[in-house]
Amino acid sequence: MNGATASAFHDLDEFEGPLAVLGGPYSNHLALRAVLEDARRRGARRIVCLGDLGGFGPNPGKIYPLLAEFGVLTIAGNYDRSLAERLSDCGCGYTHPADNHFAQLSYEYTNRRTTDAERAWLRELPAEGRFTRGGRRWLLCHGSPRRVNEFLWESGSSDAFLERIARDANADQVLCAHTGLHWQRRLPSGARFVNVGAVGRPANDGRPGVWYAFFSAGASVAEFVSVAYDHEALAREMEHEGLPAEFVETIRTGWWTTCLEILPGKERARGRF
Amino acid sequence: MTDTSIAFRRSPAPHVPYLALDTVWFQVAGTLCNLTCKHCFITCSPTNHTHEIMSRATVRGFLEEASGLGANDTYFTGGEPFLNREILGILEDALRLGPATVLTNATLITRARALALAELERASRYSLELRVSLDGLTPETNDPIRGEGCFEATMEGVHELAHVGFSPILTVAQTWGDAEDRELRERFHDFLRSNGLTRPRVKILPLFRIGREASRSRGYAVEELLTEEHMRGHDPWTLQCSTSRMVTSRGVYVCPILIDAPDARMGKTLSETLRPFPMSHGACHTCWATGASCRN
Repeated sequence: MNGATASAFHDLDEFEGPLAVLGGPYSNHLALRAVLEDARRRGARRIVCLGDLGGFGPNPGKIYPLLAEFGVLTIAGNYDRSLAERLSDCGCGYTHPADNHFAQLSYEYTNRRTTDAERAWLRELPAEGRFTRGGRRWLLCHGSPRRVNEFLWESGSSDAFLERIARDANADQVLCAHTGLHWQRRLPSGARFVNVGAVGRPANDGRPGVWYAFFSAGASVAEFVSVAYDHEALAREMEHEGLPAEFVETIRTGWWTTCLEILPGKERARGRF
Repeated sequence: MTDTSIAFRRSPAPHVPYLALDTVWFQVAGTLCNLTCKHCFITCSPTNHTHEIMSRATVRGFLEEASGLGANDTYFTGGEPFLNREILGILEDALRLGPATVLTNATLITRARALALAELERASRYSLELRVSLDGLTPETNDPIRGEGCFEATMEGVHELAHVGFSPILTVAQTWGDAEDRELRERFHDFLRSNGLTRPRVKILPLFRIGREASRSRGYAVEELLTEEHMRGHDPWTLQCSTSRMVTSRGVYVCPILIDAPDARMGKTLSETLRPFPMSHGACHTCWATGASCRN
């Protein structure tokens, strides 16, 4: 197992080149491959994954070789930590029983299919990554700079709050994921938050494609890129694996059907369910 | 025994650490309510003036202080927040700074108020959530707890909110056992769908055995007081007292549940209250045991 190196991230590292940052693959290996090929085509010189490799999709073992093949630098998500430590749940941070019910189904499936070698590899993943770009201090994490499973929603995060957690983390630019919905905001101080979304699940927008963030050379503003992939093939593989019909429906339609209770009102209103 | 004072403790109360000020609550209608629910943990009623209605100017001062401290979201409760004549202006101020939630019984939500709320929501980049309390899906099950005619009045308010595009979060105090839990939750969702809410949202809250509820069922037993042992290995982030405070007309309290407890008042301003708190109350046990939070 290889593909991620903690040593590639440290404060003194400067990186100005084209950059791709992607959120949770959730075992969706077909979408991940399509995104990585898209990033390479665009000339990305560094590709970072913000964790949550497993969950939701089929056959979690198919993710690891892709990360290695494309030299992806990977940050630990809550899912990765849970699998590494053999915890009893994914630690996603849902508070509603209906959300937890579906989260548990996918976690138990993924946990059963994760090998000891994969767990050992997950255990080595760094909690965050840092580099400087254009003189700004970039911080890459899974949930928020302070908690791996904190949900930073666009309509649920105040400027004052984001300013504080960026300041506490000594960062001018924070890249995060965990929510599955992409957004970015420049704060009054000039700091920027970018939630890169997820590549494992569509963005509850009625389209089956998935999203990631691309930064052209020197840029701090993200370009959100939508990537189509053979979602029907993934849906069939999920059915073959006996995963819940609700998950398969999301892959086919682009609408979230589960883990919806955690969404704030504005984000919830944009979806179908 | 319903007294939870320290005189009955077998060992000292553990302190919850102060982690950050993420959430600020406002007892914006004081303890004044147009209803007199039998399980109300702070015994609100049309005549309870323990905490008074807060003015827009007072709330704005605290909102500015909260924002300066890097707070994220605000919650507005009572009593019944729509008894406060300045509630729409208060929400306008709050939504300029961050996401806001109102806890209401919806009986005072008219068409005009629903439209005004929708306009406030549209004008803000942040979410405005409406949480509506109900205790049963029929007048026969709801009204014995919340009062005669209450079911119908609440559902009228819910329909007004749905009409302007809100999907209010139905909030129910858990008056049933764990065995029926799953089935009842399903029924709440189905109930909302059948009332035209295509994205049903439900929040279940545990009962706190204080206020009027202590006489309806029972108070806390001495075994239900937290000790250091309870806190060993317990994640403090799951306790809302580590990251939120409650502002009332009388000052700043540790949480929304304990505003009748004099020792839960931590100071006059938010800045004065950013410190650990001894979890000496029976209600602390409920949060600890259920993982419950008053947040959405």
